[in-house]
Amino acid sequence: MASGTRTKLLVLGALLLVLLLVPLLFPSPFHLRVAALVWINAVAALGLALLMGLAGQVSLGHAGFMGIGAYATALGPKHLGLDPLASMGLGLLAAGVLAFLVGRPILRLKGHYLAVATLGLGILVHLVLVSEVPVTGGPDGIQVPRLELLGWRVAGPATWYWITGIMLLLAAWLALNLEDSSTGRALRALHDSEVAASVVGVDVARHKLVVFVIAAVYAALAGGLFALFNRFVTPEVAGFLRSIELVTMVVIGGMGSIPGAVVGAALLTVLPQALTLFHEYEHAVLGLLIILFMVFLRQGIVPGIAGLLTRRRAA
Amino acid sequence: MAELVQLLFAGLTTGAVYALVALGFTLIFQASEVVNFAQGEFVMLGGMVTVFAFKAGLPLPLAAALAIAVAVTTGLLLHRLAIEPAKGATVVTLIIVTIGASILIRGIAQIVFDKQFHALPAFTGDEPFRLLGAAILPQSLWVLAGAAAIVFGLWLFMERTLLGKAVQATAANRLAAELVGIDTRLVLALAFAVSAAIGAVGGILVTPITLTSYAVGTILALKGFAAAMLGGIGNPVGAVVGGLVLGLLEAFAAGWISSTYKDGVAFLVILLVLLAMPQGLLGRRAVERV
Repeated sequence: MASGTRTKLLVLGALLLVLLLVPLLFPSPFHLRVAALVWINAVAALGLALLMGLAGQVSLGHAGFMGIGAYATALGPKHLGLDPLASMGLGLLAAGVLAFLVGRPILRLKGHYLAVATLGLGILVHLVLVSEVPVTGGPDGIQVPRLELLGWRVAGPATWYWITGIMLLLAAWLALNLEDSSTGRALRALHDSEVAASVVGVDVARHKLVVFVIAAVYAALAGGLFALFNRFVTPEVAGFLRSIELVTMVVIGGMGSIPGAVVGAALLTVLPQALTLFHEYEHAVLGLLIILFMVFLRQGIVPGIAGLLTRRRAA
Repeated sequence: MAELVQLLFAGLTTGAVYALVALGFTLIFQASEVVNFAQGEFVMLGGMVTVFAFKAGLPLPLAAALAIAVAVTTGLLLHRLAIEPAKGATVVTLIIVTIGASILIRGIAQIVFDKQFHALPAFTGDEPFRLLGAAILPQSLWVLAGAAAIVFGLWLFMERTLLGKAVQATAANRLAAELVGIDTRLVLALAFAVSAAIGAVGGILVTPITLTSYAVGTILALKGFAAAMLGGIGNPVGAVVGGLVLGLLEAFAAGWISSTYKDGVAFLVILLVLLAMPQGLLGRRAVERV
């Protein structure tokens, strides 16, 4: 999806509008909490959307990077006596370095083989978080200290709503710029055909690695924000199901579409909350909805609806 | 020696179940390029339906037959109601459809059955016998023999029947298969039915050893997928080899390295194998055409 300056402004403007409207329409602390979760998940989904949609590479272990961000934020203050924010910064660095180190060999794999390799990576991170009980607290999870900035205790759903919302806006702005850069064009080219891209001089391995590292850092940022916001993390943040959830967000919203990633994150974060009304039917309904969405809007919600609109206009 | 035999049997038993799941993956993948993440749910259905039918008073063989029938029906419905309507969608979209299906099946199982763990009595008693100093459960032999019978039966079907040849032809080239008059829709439905049956049998055989619950499918799908990839996707022999290797890796990692990190060791080895052999142990080299 080529994004000129106009589409870029359109997407950011729409996002800003939603950010401003949500607190007016749903002012209760509960709704703001859910919305903050949506923005956090959207940051992770955005990174994955760049990897999957733009570069055409799959990651079934992306929650592993989220786990690294979240646990760095939790463990830094506990074991190293660091400030939570600095710990989170270290977490982003750690996720980026890990992605850089494993990215080059792993990204040589294609399709389903890449899927299983990333899956393994996620499983390993999750396993370490569960097993190293003295360090991580194990399956029961761990407390995260409250964030304080220059004596200001960062607390309350409304505060976190705005912090996460602004982070999402920044993340989207960066992602849109990346799409529109020479790196973005190189990635689109290698998505279509790696051989053809390398023939015209695209360094395929390097570009795949760049977008993998970016996606990992986005996920770690989401993990760190989640840890600070929720003040409690369990290894589930890095679990296989979380990875699957992230991929589903990207696909259901629309592969390669940045607004799609936000819509997908919103849907998969809000739906389970709404479906608790169905009590034990929650999972059945969620599964059914995922199938229906994919069957009827197979390119994803945002491109699907955009397609329907243009077709109607043409008719 | 005793320890070696013990671990070997433990590994082969779990490996046989992984192999059956991987075989199911492979069948459907060959016929349709769909990676069916709902594959583990067939194993779950096999175990859970047998448990509940047996508790309701059905004799074990009848309960098992009913479980296979339920799994096959589920497989056919999955094909008819979810995979076929999504025909022509991208590979990732189809994966998400099957993930949705697995959440749906699990959700329904949780309502119809319950959230507890359940056991089945071992088919021929649970008195372990001694083999070279190791204690082996008779049920382990049932699992191994059952898996071997399925693999052999599937081979006979693929090589010796017209329908099996039709499946192979569809796998090789769908358009060409259609041109010579093969109903590829039927073949795909058949692949789902057979995969479901294989999974269900695996679930029935292993439940007396490992117990079962509504949620066992996810981890089995994950392991089966890893096993299929380890062997090289789309290769039935590779699926069986991959499954057994994965089972053995886990058992020996648990016995000799650390039981908490057995899954980690298994995935680490898979990563290393794939880095050295990007098409899996027995996969063919794919050539990208430009």
